[in-house]
Amino acid sequence: MHIHAIIVGVRAPLPVLARAVKAGFPSPADDYVDRGIDLNELLIANRPATFLVKVDGDSMVQKGLCDGDLAVVDRSLDPREGDVVVVDVDGERSFKVWSTVAGRPKLSFANLRYPAFETSAFAEIEVWGVVCGSVNPRRRAIR
Amino acid sequence: MRSFALIDGNSFYCSCERVFDPSLKRRPVIVLSNNDGCAVARTAEAKALGIKMGAPYFKIRDLCRREGVVVFSSNYALYGDMSARMNTVYSQFAPDIEVYSIDESFLDMADVRPDRREELARDLRATVSRWTGVPTCVGIGPSKTLAKLANHIAKTNAELGGVCDLTDPAKREPWLHRVTLDEVWGIGPAGQAKLAALGCRTVADVRDLDPRPVRKAMTVVGERIIHELRGTPCLDLEAVAPTRKGCAVTRCFSGRVDDLDTMLEAVAAHATRLGEKLRHHDLATDHVSVFMHTSEHDEDGPQRSAAFTVDLPEASNDTTVLLKAARWGARRIWRGGFRYSKVGLVTTDLVDPARSQRALIGALDRERGDKLMAALDACNGRYGRGTLFPASVGLGRERARWATKFEMRSPRYTTRLDELPKIRAA
Repeated sequence: MHIHAIIVGVRAPLPVLARAVKAGFPSPADDYVDRGIDLNELLIANRPATFLVKVDGDSMVQKGLCDGDLAVVDRSLDPREGDVVVVDVDGERSFKVWSTVAGRPKLSFANLRYPAFETSAFAEIEVWGVVCGSVNPRRRAIR
Repeated sequence: MRSFALIDGNSFYCSCERVFDPSLKRRPVIVLSNNDGCAVARTAEAKALGIKMGAPYFKIRDLCRREGVVVFSSNYALYGDMSARMNTVYSQFAPDIEVYSIDESFLDMADVRPDRREELARDLRATVSRWTGVPTCVGIGPSKTLAKLANHIAKTNAELGGVCDLTDPAKREPWLHRVTLDEVWGIGPAGQAKLAALGCRTVADVRDLDPRPVRKAMTVVGERIIHELRGTPCLDLEAVAPTRKGCAVTRCFSGRVDDLDTMLEAVAAHATRLGEKLRHHDLATDHVSVFMHTSEHDEDGPQRSAAFTVDLPEASNDTTVLLKAARWGARRIWRGGFRYSKVGLVTTDLVDPARSQRALIGALDRERGDKLMAALDACNGRYGRGTLFPASVGLGRERARWATKFEMRSPRYTTRLDELPKIRAA
């Protein structure tokens, strides 16, 4: 069976130890060599629950999510006040800012140019996941 | 005491589609097999419309249009990724799991206290649903056969909330009398007929048979099923997939093929894929069987089915060698005047190429072949399957007549950067 994983960022190669070189003295840095930086560690806390999605629109710019950005969404998180969430409102999926008023969810845009977002008291609101990070490759790395 | 759980995805392929498309909620959805041939997954709403498992699409197309059924081609990249995610979750709940199929896994529950098993199963279901979005059912039993049966009961009795535990013999008893024997894991239509002839109707009837005469009629497999139904486990988890014994590449054509050139292109494509599969598993074969046949659905046309096995001088997994053999075999059984619907290549008795015997006469140049194949696989691994391929596979126009159709496939949401779900921020 093929296992497909979402890969975010670069899996950094293991640094080569200077000791592997035959000649000369061992490098004094050997004991301090780190594993390098893996962006997956920064962006993904719970791999099976994490999905990458693309931002389509500018209603979240004041939360730092721009049109075309890739958002990292973790479905295992409970939304907290001020989180950006992916949410289904009456079967329509979109990004919104999450808060609660008197125990009821209140959703809003994060762009001053947008009007207040209203939901009816009977709207079916279902959180699909919580945005836990985003990526914006300014200049797409070409491999 | 041994204890197993079988967990599987409800209408798995359809549920994967629903995770990424909220408009599919509560609507009838089906997913079709390769080449959009038959319905292989159906939501409850689609089942309620009378769409049967395996129904040929051309027979239900009008119904689907009329009733607003949403139809998808298979999206194996997506289903495989979702399956891997689910198994990752399972492995956090159980020390050992056996991935039985793309949507079914057995879990070892022996370490869980009997009175806590159902609670754990409910927690597992909730976690899988929350994290991956896929709804599941869990069956628990002292043997794999009973776990599988429990899963079926959980699936067909909504009041159980997706979990059924058949561990307790007293609680198990009424279910075994209610469920018919065709739901028993591992008994095919022939076995069912034999058991019916012995007077069996329910699972309990099968369990109460004397195992020894059953062994005569249905081999040791039938005897084992009786012990498993009595709660004595005979099958353990298979944590590691056994070595492949055979390998096949077969596809129905998207249309019909009645000329040799197109047929040979399809055979070349299959041989290329066969080589890839064998090398991926580090196996080789010393023969290639080619078969081709017309379709039973073409009731007015002449029917033909033919097969031929080509022996190789020694075991190989070199695409160029397989290609030559497969094309030679296909030419040999080819007869014009028929509209072929399917061609395939089959190999059995696969061997380890490093340990297979070399031929005295006609030995293949493995040194050169292995290097070429390694380069081919590296290139296709990096730039995508089908980047480099033998010219005999064909390049264009004819390809459309036999290449697999996935006309209604959803985006590969989780495995391709250019097909990620787009979410509205407006």
